[in-house]
Amino acid sequence: MVAIVVSGAAGCSSGIPKSALEMNPQTVENRQLQTRRFDTTAEGEVLSACAALLQDLGFGLDESETKLGLIAGSKDRDATEAGQVIGSALMGVLFGVYTPVDDHQKIRASIVTRPVGPSVNVRVTFQRAVWNTQGQISRLEMLDEPEMYEGFFDRLSKAVFLEAHEL
Amino acid sequence: MKHIRFRFITGASLLAATVAIAGCQTSQHQLLAASESQVELRSMQSRAFDTTDRESMMRTIMATLQDLGFVIDQADETLGSVTATKLDRYALRMTVTVRPRGQTQTLVRANAQYQLQAVEDPEPYQQFFDALSKAIFLTAHEVD
Repeated sequence: MVAIVVSGAAGCSSGIPKSALEMNPQTVENRQLQTRRFDTTAEGEVLSACAALLQDLGFGLDESETKLGLIAGSKDRDATEAGQVIGSALMGVLFGVYTPVDDHQKIRASIVTRPVGPSVNVRVTFQRAVWNTQGQISRLEMLDEPEMYEGFFDRLSKAVFLEAHEL
Repeated sequence: MKHIRFRFITGASLLAATVAIAGCQTSQHQLLAASESQVELRSMQSRAFDTTDRESMMRTIMATLQDLGFVIDQADETLGSVTATKLDRYALRMTVTVRPRGQTQTLVRANAQYQLQAVEDPEPYQQFFDALSKAIFLTAHEVD
């Protein structure tokens, strides 16, 4: 998938952005948004609940390394947005121009668990690549809406019968 | 007869031109393409840390990559490798490997690929090792 993403997005390359590997004020905020602490030492059980939750959410598991507390998964879904389709149709009618709209997307998730004292920290990160109706990549982005992460941890909390503490 | 000869010459020229162009460079040569200064590159991509705790180092590498906005693609404790991708209007892929260095140190090497290019600029690697160093509370020593 990465190869497809890279080749699709290659057209606009002009060197790595200065801030690509730099910590910034957003770093801590994102870490808090994406991490919860569970009061248990059973890292394996938490990881296993995470795997089950990813499956509940329709993700296929791509990779796991339980020794390091990692699960990675992805899913391919429709990415059509009504607003874009109407906009594109209007452009067609008014100006006779075809504008491509978002068509499908690959959403990726990685979950990393980490024992910290008597607890286990769980951090999940989501990102997606969107392709338009011409098969070109139209978006490459991290998904950072708080509701997504809150929803994920609410479900995880229920699955492991433990409260999810914010950092 | 003249016509046939003309066609033959045209065909042969086209063939020769194709071979000549093809001989210059094929995209397959990228497989073993390496930077001009391998030693310099290896040095900017590597740091030694005063620890022998491989697992802790690998977990810290994963946490640092997540801090930097990456999604972890793959990790292998036996091989000591972690691969992750960052999507932020661009695709940045990193592979980080760890291996023991002497009796007291762990060597960490990072490779980055931005879009379709290998990253051969020292600054992004320096930034990565700065972040890793802070996360593991250890100094990142430069290596030759």
